Amino acid sequence: MTNSTVKVGLFIPCYVNQLYPQVGIATLELLEKLGVDVYYPKDQTCCGQPLGNSGYEQDSKGICNLFVENFKTYDYIVGPSGSCIYHVKHHFDILEQTPEVKRVRDNAFELCEFIVKVLGITDLGASFPYKVGLHKSCHGLRGLKLGSCSEVKSEHFSTEEDLLNNVKGLELITLNRKDECCGFGGTFSVFEEAISAKMGKDRVQDHLDSSVEVVTGADHSCLMHMEGIINRNKQPLKVMHIAEILNSSL
Amino acid sequence: MSHATKATEFNKDESKVNWHDKALWYVREKRDKSAHNVEGWEYLRQLGSEIKANVLSNLDEYLVQFESNAQKNGIHVHWASNAKEHNTIINSILEKHKAKKVVKSKSMLTEECHLNPFLEAKGIEVVDTDLGERIVQLAEEPPSHIVLPAIHKTKEDVDVLFQKHLGTKPSKGNPEYLVGEARKHLRDKFLNADVAITGVNFAVADTGGVVVCTNEGNADMGVHLAKAHIACMGIEKVIPKEKHLGVFLRLLARSATGQPITTYSSHFNKAEDGKEMHIVIVDNGRTEQLSREDFRASLHCIRCGACMNTCPIYRRSGGHSYDYTIPGPIGSILSPGKDLKKYSSLPFASTLCGSCSNVCPVKINIHEQLYKWRQIIVKEEKQPIVKTSILKTAGLVLSKPKLYKMAGKSARFALKYAPRFMIYNKLNAWGKARDLPEIKNENFDDWYKKRNKNG
Repeated sequence: MTNSTVKVGLFIPCYVNQLYPQVGIATLELLEKLGVDVYYPKDQTCCGQPLGNSGYEQDSKGICNLFVENFKTYDYIVGPSGSCIYHVKHHFDILEQTPEVKRVRDNAFELCEFIVKVLGITDLGASFPYKVGLHKSCHGLRGLKLGSCSEVKSEHFSTEEDLLNNVKGLELITLNRKDECCGFGGTFSVFEEAISAKMGKDRVQDHLDSSVEVVTGADHSCLMHMEGIINRNKQPLKVMHIAEILNSSL
Repeated sequence: MSHATKATEFNKDESKVNWHDKALWYVREKRDKSAHNVEGWEYLRQLGSEIKANVLSNLDEYLVQFESNAQKNGIHVHWASNAKEHNTIINSILEKHKAKKVVKSKSMLTEECHLNPFLEAKGIEVVDTDLGERIVQLAEEPPSHIVLPAIHKTKEDVDVLFQKHLGTKPSKGNPEYLVGEARKHLRDKFLNADVAITGVNFAVADTGGVVVCTNEGNADMGVHLAKAHIACMGIEKVIPKEKHLGVFLRLLARSATGQPITTYSSHFNKAEDGKEMHIVIVDNGRTEQLSREDFRASLHCIRCGACMNTCPIYRRSGGHSYDYTIPGPIGSILSPGKDLKKYSSLPFASTLCGSCSNVCPVKINIHEQLYKWRQIIVKEEKQPIVKTSILKTAGLVLSKPKLYKMAGKSARFALKYAPRFMIYNKLNAWGKARDLPEIKNENFDDWYKKRNKNG
């Protein structure tokens, strides 16, 4: 199978589309560099996760159906956000399980997972000469099993580390707490503001204590939350999505 | 009061939050080390989970088998359908023995049934003999953790408390001194107790005996000195065979505190000569939980507390913020079954990070059950109007591409050009400790359209 025969529907989560277009651009350019035939269905909106996690799953059926409608014709659906993909794979059980729905759920992949597991590539020829701290987002890690978790006894593996370790000049920093939640949690971030902010603050501090220069991860919602704290406190950390680093040739 | 309100209160003292977080994270890391030293740890968890599933599917048979074997050993077995019956049964046993002084060894079930105030109102002295439990009892507080009941207290807090209640000298929180004094105080209580009450970690169907795990030996001390022993257990505590203890004892202590095994695993199979042993088997809402297919696995719980130690929210909000006997992630899936309205904020006190499910020694899918409770709560309990209207509107807008494109544009426009005070005000919980993302001139859609035009 050559990459160009693979038809990929690019899923750009709603908040990435509106707030972080550079993450969408990096994702698209990266996939094109890898020779993948990428399409961007223009009527896409959201995966329904913000509603589901808030308890309003029943009100999200329209969104989920629209997602399936937009992506049902592609071999793979790829998006730069572990939690959205997790939602599609695990919570689209509220829809009637038609062949289309099943196909979309089975073929939805988080970007790193798609590159490593489907395309079988770990060296993207990128270079990025900085000390990088990897935030392993919970839904990607524990939900999609993008890597081994600190709680579970298993061989160490990490899809994101496989990719970052091949980036020229990049020094991947080991954190004190390797996979603790950042405290974003969607609407949790506003309804449990005190704990959410404290969790984010602690996570950022771990990166600072470990002399990280750039915080990265495969889920920009966590990064948005941490970046909000970093900017508010004027802390010397830069935040970038992993797609931006992998697409980088600095 | 909601979890968020109480958590905000707890967070006013940040240094205490940091200390609480680090103390529990230390236990979590100890658990990792000791669990991962066991070859086949994940298999052991699977086995534990499957044995519990088997128990729940055959609960009627195992309980009857347990009762009949216990009776063969001369144990008196009682059945209580709720907390009130549990308390009344215990009181009648105490009356029979004319007991005025009771020592209790840690039992979350008696906490759940509010046994202490019930007996105290009848003039009976009840002393919790687990050190942590005794500390919170003296402070007139509920436990904030099921294994480390006084984890929210510093040694300095305990110093002050003991000065007041035990007449100790100020020691700047010297642990050796304080433990020594507690030991003297408790020894006196043990020696003078009429009846000992304990919880049950495991009730073995094929022997009719019960196992109680402690680190302080207080269960044995109480039981061997008193005239009668009353062991209280929830119906889900039964396990089929004695050999299954080989699975559960290994899982329990490692998950709870990172010890290979608790210092004491006390097997109580019959009363000593001339003494009496009673077992009270309690339902108190468990059968109802068993009937809820999505939530029945919550009854696998062996009360190790690992989900509390790992939960980033629990560590930063303290056990009292949950306002339920069993706090933390497991409490947040058990409590809505008891009182949906009262505990409706608990399933939302989570980011659904899933760490709880990963540490659970009996593989309860805690974070998935939290998600499921949320759906039920939104349907059955009144939600804040703002929350409902925002999310219902989002549901509509995000299902219509044209509406979404318009909304996205105007939201970005508003955020970009609104003055700072309009965005960062008291109503905006996001902006209290965090900046909003910088708004770019175009979104991905705009960029993509432009690129295709040029390309």
